Amino acid sequence: MNTRDAVVSLRNVTKSFGAGGVTALQSIDLDVAPGEFISLIGPSGCGKSTLLRIVGNLVEPTSGEVVVNGKSARQARLDRDYGIVFQDAVLYDWRTVAKNISLPLELAGWDGARRKARVQEMLELVELHGFGEHHPWQLSGGMQQRVSIARALSFSPALLLMDEPFGALDEMTRERLNAELLRIWERSGSTIVFVTHSISEATFLSTRVVVMSPRPGRIAALVDIDLPQPRNADTREEPRFFELVTEVRDRLREGGLDEESTAPGEGELIVAEETP
Amino acid sequence: MRHGAVSVGLFLVVLAALWGLWEGFRAFGEAVELRIGQFEANDRTMPHIHDIVGQLFEPSRRNGPLLIEVLWDATLFTAKEAAAGFVLGALFGFVLGVLLAHSGLLQRGFLPYIVASQTIPILAVAPMVVVWVNPRLPDGLKDWGAVAVISAYLTFFPVTINTMRGLTSVDPRALELMRSYAAGSWRVLWKLRVPAALPFIFAALKIAAPASVVGAIIGELPASIQSGLGGAILNFNQYYVTSPESLWAVNLIAALLGITFFLAVVVGERLVVRRAPEHVG
Repeated sequence: MNTRDAVVSLRNVTKSFGAGGVTALQSIDLDVAPGEFISLIGPSGCGKSTLLRIVGNLVEPTSGEVVVNGKSARQARLDRDYGIVFQDAVLYDWRTVAKNISLPLELAGWDGARRKARVQEMLELVELHGFGEHHPWQLSGGMQQRVSIARALSFSPALLLMDEPFGALDEMTRERLNAELLRIWERSGSTIVFVTHSISEATFLSTRVVVMSPRPGRIAALVDIDLPQPRNADTREEPRFFELVTEVRDRLREGGLDEESTAPGEGELIVAEETP
Repeated sequence: MRHGAVSVGLFLVVLAALWGLWEGFRAFGEAVELRIGQFEANDRTMPHIHDIVGQLFEPSRRNGPLLIEVLWDATLFTAKEAAAGFVLGALFGFVLGVLLAHSGLLQRGFLPYIVASQTIPILAVAPMVVVWVNPRLPDGLKDWGAVAVISAYLTFFPVTINTMRGLTSVDPRALELMRSYAAGSWRVLWKLRVPAALPFIFAALKIAAPASVVGAIIGELPASIQSGLGGAILNFNQYYVTSPESLWAVNLIAALLGITFFLAVVVGERLVVRRAPEHVG
C-alpha cells in the first residue's frame, strides 16, 4: 500500500522508556487503509496501548515515522483528525450527556444551533435518545461508553482510536456493543484502530487483526478476517469464525507468549492491562 | 422533604443536648462546689442560657434601644466587612492557586512565604494593615475597607492550597482527551481543571467563610472601629463583671454570623457544583 493512501502509516516506529531503559515497541511497520477496522491484540506489556497513543500523538515515539491522514501525527492531532475512546468512558461528570458529546464541538468553535443538531444525531446513532439531559453517573457502564463513542464521532473524524473500550464491561453488554459498533462503523465510514486483549472480540469486529508479542513489543503476525459483512450474533457461531479465532490464538502463542499466560479453551484471552 | 424534616429535627435535638450539657454542668458544679483553679460555676462564669438570650431583649443602656437592635446594626456592619473580605480573599486565593499550579518554579519560590504569612498572628498583622491601607482608601471605604483586607488575609490561604490541589487532581485520561482535541491550556483550565477543582475549592470556602468573620471582628480592634461586633465585644468585655450575659450574647450573635456565612457557601455549592454524588458534600 502507498503511504499516501493510508490513514495511518507507521515506519520503523520504536519506543523506549527512560534513558536506555525498557524497549516498549521495536521496529513497528504498519499501514491502515481507509475504512479498515484494525485490531491490535496481544498480552500485557506488548505495547499495544502505547502504539495507539503514538498514533494519536499522545506519546512521542523514540524513533521512526508516523503519518496520519497524510501528515505528521502532531499535525493530525492539531487538525482534530481522530476521535479517541478509552477503557473508561472518561466523561466529565459536571456536564450532562449532551454537553459531554458537544465538548469537542465547542472546542472546534461550532455555534450553538449546529452543536445541538449534531448532538441529537449522535444520541440517535448510539441509541441514547432522550438521555441528553442526564448526568453521566445516572447511566450504566455500557451507556456511558456509548456516550464516549458518540463524543469521539461527533466531529466526524476520519479515524477512531479505541483503547479497550469494552474491557470493563460484562460479556453480554460487550457483545451487544460490539454489534452496535459495527453498525456505527458501517454508517460513519470511519477507519477504526481498536486495542483489545479479547481474541473473539478482535476476530468478530476486525477486517484485520494485528497480533503483537511482548518484550520488546513487536508485530508477530497479521491475520486477515474474511468473515462477510454485515456481521451479527450469528457470525459468532459460524465455523469460519472459530477457525479464525483459532488462527489468532495460534499466532499469539507463536509470538512468544509464556506458557502460563496462554489461556486454554474459550475464545477469550483476558490478561491484566499494562499501564502505558 | 423527608430529608429536610430529619435535618431540622436533628438540629433541634443537638441544640437541646448542648443546652442540657451547659446547664447540667453548671448545676453539677454548684451542687458539689466544683473548683478548677480559679474557675467556679456561677452566674458570672456560666450565665444561664435563658438569661443570655433574655439579655438580647433588655435595653442596652438606660432608656436606650434593645441590645438586639444595637447588635443587629453591629452585625450588618461586620457582615459587610467580612463579605467584602471573603470575596477579595477568595478571588485572590483562586488566582494565586491557578498561578502556582501552573508553575512549579513559582510554587517552590513562593509557597514557603505564603505559608509563613499564615503563621504570623493576625493580631500582629492587623494594625500594620490599618496603617498601610487606610490612608490610601477613598472616603467611602475608609476604615471598613482596611478591615476587609485583614479579613481577606485569613480567607485566601485555604482557597490557594485547595485550588492548587484541585487543579492538579484531574484524571490523566481526561487531560489526554483534551490533548486529543488540540485544546490549549486556557481552554483546559476552564473546561476541565476548574470544574474538576470545584469540590476542593468549595471545601476551602467552607473553612474560609467563618474565618472571614473572625478576621473582620479582629480587624476592627486595631482600626478602633466601634460600629461592628468587634467594637461590641471590646465594650461589653469592660462590663463583664456587672453584666456577663451581654458579652455572651455578643458571642452568640458572632457565632450565628459565622454559621450564616458557612451556610451561604453550602447553598452556593449546591447551585454551582454538579458532580457525581461521591464528589459532593
